[in-house]
Amino acid sequence: MAYAMDFSPLIQQLDRIAGGALLTLELSFTAIAIGTLIGTAGAIAATYGRPWVQRAVAVYVESIRNTPFLVQLFLIFFGLPSVGLQIDALSAALLAMSVNLGAYATEIIRSGVQAIHRTQLEAASALAMTRWQTIRHVVLVPAFEKVYPALASQFTLMMLTSSVVSTISVEELTSVASQIDSLTFRTFETYILVMAIYVGLALLLRAVFFGIGLAVFKRRRRIEFFAGAAR
Amino acid sequence: MITEFGWAHLVTLLLAARWTLAVSALAFVFGGAAGFLVALGRTSRSAPVRWFTTAYIQLIQGTPVLIVLFLSYYGLSVLGLKLSPLVAASLAMTIYASAYLGEIWRGCIQAVHRNQWEASSSLAMTRWQQLRHVILPQATRLAVPPTVGFSVQIVKNTSITSIIGLVELTRAGQLINNAVFQPFQVFVLVAAVYFILCFPLSVSAKRLERKLHAHH
Repeated sequence: MAYAMDFSPLIQQLDRIAGGALLTLELSFTAIAIGTLIGTAGAIAATYGRPWVQRAVAVYVESIRNTPFLVQLFLIFFGLPSVGLQIDALSAALLAMSVNLGAYATEIIRSGVQAIHRTQLEAASALAMTRWQTIRHVVLVPAFEKVYPALASQFTLMMLTSSVVSTISVEELTSVASQIDSLTFRTFETYILVMAIYVGLALLLRAVFFGIGLAVFKRRRRIEFFAGAAR
Repeated sequence: MITEFGWAHLVTLLLAARWTLAVSALAFVFGGAAGFLVALGRTSRSAPVRWFTTAYIQLIQGTPVLIVLFLSYYGLSVLGLKLSPLVAASLAMTIYASAYLGEIWRGCIQAVHRNQWEASSSLAMTRWQQLRHVILPQATRLAVPPTVGFSVQIVKNTSITSIIGLVELTRAGQLINNAVFQPFQVFVLVAAVYFILCFPLSVSAKRLERKLHAHH
């Protein structure tokens, strides 16, 4: 095996690589924001909704969690236009990521919401809190605090999964890597470099969510920085 | 040539699903074996071994599976090691599974109470005897639900091997779609086949977990 590693052709491509990494982050943070909203609504609906609402949420969560992200992406990008809904690649990627993360977030937040003891709700009612005050202050804040580590590792996982949207030619990090690979023929070096960038992005996300956790949850329950991404 | 979507295509999908299952099974068996070593390394008494396995897990869990796949298919072929799509796919999925299963099983080994180590040590058992006869049997019980749960992730993630041209379920769906051009119907069907493969695993993982907690 006489192969000489040469990273120098990649130096001229650093701008494009940085652009790809930036798009990966933009996609991820947007999907995280939308996915968290979906997850919050889904968790409340799954816990306090009418039976048919609960069933609908369960169908959503289970159908997303038991099918591959790639197939969901294809269904949105190729399937929606065929039934008359035009969608561009970037929107399709964002929609697929949000819907996917929304299902996982629903499941995670729901476990936190269901861990809130009945007596807390009774206490809130005794204090004459309205339904929404109760959900906001008594249910959601403690629930988020409880499941925050699991949620944060799901966010990191979503950032890594976003590499899959390169298949519909959204120019994020993995897509840029393929282009540079075919431009420079430095296949091994390109993917090693991109691997290192992803590891860096994963650490960055973990640091960001660790910081947010400290700032938001005033009681500062110990949030493990290295809470494993394994699920 | 545009043809109508029909039974022949459904059969093609189901036959291709065998490759999804084959890659999943290979990843589970080899990834499990490697993951077992990773878990032992993470709980080793030797600090360098712990650091090395920790770095390995952080590296793989910080990298998209797709990049691992590209490295094992395109990357290794540039280095002179040309693997077939099937072998490259199985290699990438094995590496992926080993890091996640290793970390899951580390948790299970460490969840066995300290007393068990101390008690078996007081019986003059060697470290391997302690693991073999005392720790691992208890850790295995804890490990079953999350392991079944993770197998769902393996099955789903094999879909990306379609990108390097392995004709498994997703790739077969793409090929059929190219012929019939009914993407909505074809990909709903592809998703349904994945669902049929994964849902029973998800349900049994949940059941097993509930059963485990009921014991305590």
